[in-house]
Amino acid sequence: MTRRMPKLTVWRAIFAAILLTGAYATYIRVRYGLGGATNLSDQFPWGLWVGFDVMCGVALAAGGFTLVATVHIFNIEKYKPVLRPAILTAFLGYLLVVVGLLYDLGRPDRLWHPLVMWNPHSVMFEVAWCVTLYTTVLFLEFLPVVFERFGLHRPLNWIHSVSVPLMIAGVLLSTLHQSSLGSLYLIVPEKLYPLWYSPILPVLFWISSICAGLAMTVFESWHSSRAFGRALELPLLASMARVLAVLMTVYLWIRYLDLHRRGVLHLLAQNRVETWLFALEIALMAVPTVLLFQNRFRFHPPALYACAVMVVFGFIANRMNVGITGMEAASGTHYIPKWTEVAVTLSIVAVGFAVFRFVARYFPIFEAHPSREAGVALHAVAETVEVGRR
Amino acid sequence: MSKAILYDSTLCVGCRACEGACAERWGLPYNDRVAAEEKISAHKLTTIETHGDKYSRRLCMHCAEPTCASVCPVGALQKTALGPVIYDASRCMGCRYCMQACPFQVPAYEWSSQLPKVRKCNMCYERQVSGQPTACAAACPTGATVCGDRDALIAEAQKRLAEKPTEYYQRIYGIKEVGGTSVLYLSAVPFEQIGLRTKVPREPLPKLTWQVLELVPDVVSTGSVLLGGVWWITNRRAEVARKEGRRK
Repeated sequence: MTRRMPKLTVWRAIFAAILLTGAYATYIRVRYGLGGATNLSDQFPWGLWVGFDVMCGVALAAGGFTLVATVHIFNIEKYKPVLRPAILTAFLGYLLVVVGLLYDLGRPDRLWHPLVMWNPHSVMFEVAWCVTLYTTVLFLEFLPVVFERFGLHRPLNWIHSVSVPLMIAGVLLSTLHQSSLGSLYLIVPEKLYPLWYSPILPVLFWISSICAGLAMTVFESWHSSRAFGRALELPLLASMARVLAVLMTVYLWIRYLDLHRRGVLHLLAQNRVETWLFALEIALMAVPTVLLFQNRFRFHPPALYACAVMVVFGFIANRMNVGITGMEAASGTHYIPKWTEVAVTLSIVAVGFAVFRFVARYFPIFEAHPSREAGVALHAVAETVEVGRR
Repeated sequence: MSKAILYDSTLCVGCRACEGACAERWGLPYNDRVAAEEKISAHKLTTIETHGDKYSRRLCMHCAEPTCASVCPVGALQKTALGPVIYDASRCMGCRYCMQACPFQVPAYEWSSQLPKVRKCNMCYERQVSGQPTACAAACPTGATVCGDRDALIAEAQKRLAEKPTEYYQRIYGIKEVGGTSVLYLSAVPFEQIGLRTKVPREPLPKLTWQVLELVPDVVSTGSVLLGGVWWITNRRAEVARKEGRRK
C-alpha cells in the first residue's frame, strides 16, 4: 500500500513554518535559558508567555465549565450539541497552558513543587492547584468521548456514575481558577495602571471568562461546520449569543462602575499608550455586544462569527493589557516580546488548532453529526448508555 | 529581637566598600565594570546609587510582612524571626511572582542560567545567626551602614534627627512603608530625591490577596451545596416530567 503525500495547502505550509520556527525557538529556550529566549528582565519578569499563553489560554478555555454548568447542572439540554466541543477546547486549553508554563517557568522540572510545598497565602499556589485539579477533571470529563469511540461500555458506566460530583468540582475549580488569575494582580496596586487595577479584579476575570468561553464556543462551531461540512447550529448559537450579549452588558457596566467609583475615568483623557489600548479593548467588547442584541446580526452566520471573534480578541486584549501593557509604566522599562516568545506562542496556538481538528475528526465531538469513521456503531453505543443511565 | 540595617545617606561617601564586601560574601565577581553598574541584579545584590552629590544604597528591604514570601507558591522565601527574609533555592520553581510582586523591585533572576535561581540580599543571615554584623556594615568605613536591633536603630535614627535638625530630612524611611521594613534610611533630602519609592502603600501588601484567598473555603462549600441543589432540582424536575409523560 502506498501512502499518499498530504496535499500542500497554504494553511499547511503556514502551519509547518510556524512549527519549525517554534522548534528552533524551543531549542534556544532550552540551550540559552530564559535570558536567551525572551526579552524579560528583572524589571519586567512576566511577558507574553504569562500574558497570553497562560492568562488567555485559561480564559478561552472557560466555555468548558460554562457549558457543563448550563447543560448538566442547570439541565438546559438544548445546549448539548456544543457541550463536547467546549469540553474539548477547555481540555486542550489547559494542556496548552501547562505547555506554556513549561516554557515560562525558570525550573520547569519543578512544576510539581506547589503540590508538596504549600503556601496557602499565595495566589500562585491556588493557581497551581486549580490548574492541576481542573486539568484532571477535564481529562475525566473528556474520557467518555474516548470510551465511546472505542466502544468501552464498562468504564463508560463507571465514569457516568461519578459525573455529577465531577462536574460540580469542575465548575468550582474553574470559578476559583478564573478569578484567581485576576487575584494574582491584587498584590501590585502601585504597579498595575489604574485603568486595570481594581479590588474586584477576581470578579471581573470570572465574568469575563464566561463571556470569552461562550464566544469561543461560537467561534469553534463556525470553524468546525466549515471544516467538516456540517450544518451550523444557528438557532442554538444565536440564543447563546443573546446570553453572551446580556453578560457582556453586565460586565461592561461593572467595568464602568468600577472605574467611576475609583475615580480614574479622567485618565482616559490622557494621550498615552495605555489609554489607546484600553479603548481598543473596550471597543472590541462593546461593538459586538451592541450588534448581538439585534436579530439580523445574530442570525446572520458571518456577522455572528465576526462578533464572536471580536469578543475573543477583546478579552485577549484585556488579559494582555493587565499582564503586559498595564505593568510597563511602573516597571521603568519597555517590553516587546522577542521573536522566540512569539514563535513559541504561535506554535502553541497552532498545535491547539491542529489537535482540536484531529480529535473533532476522529472522535464523537459534534454529536449531531458524528464523523464518518466513528459512524453508526457509535450511535448504538450512545443509545445503550442513555438507556443504561435511566 | 529583630535585626535591621540603618543606612544614613548623609554619612555615605560612595566608596562602594559595601558592594565589594557583599560580592565577596556571595562569591560573586567584583571589578570596576560591576562597580559602575548602579543597579541591583543577580550578580550585584546591593549597590550604591549616585544622585547628584548625594548617595543612596539599594538592597532587599527585608519587610516586616514581605510581599515576596506571601506570594511564593512553594514557600521558598521566608521571613525569619531574626529579621532577614531568606530564600531557599531548592524549592523555587522559577515562577518569578516574587519579582512581579515586590514593591521595591528587588529580587533578581539568573536569566542566562539553565538552572536559574532568584538572587537577593539575605541580610547575611548566617553571619547574623552567629552574632556577626552583615558584611556591608562590617566593611563600611564611615558608619553610613550599621546593623543592629531594629528598635535600637530606630532610636539611634531619631537621635540623629533631633541632634542635627537642619542636616536631615525629618523622617525615617522604612518605619511605615509597606507596614515596616528591616532596612531604614536617613537622608538630607526628601527620599524620592535619592531614588527611594515613596509611593508604596503604608499597609502590608499581603493582606490584599489574603482577603480574597480566605474566601476560598466559603466559595467551595457554598458553591458545592448551591450547585448540588440546583442539579437535584433540575434533574428531579426532568425526571418527574418524564414519568408523567409516560403515564399519559
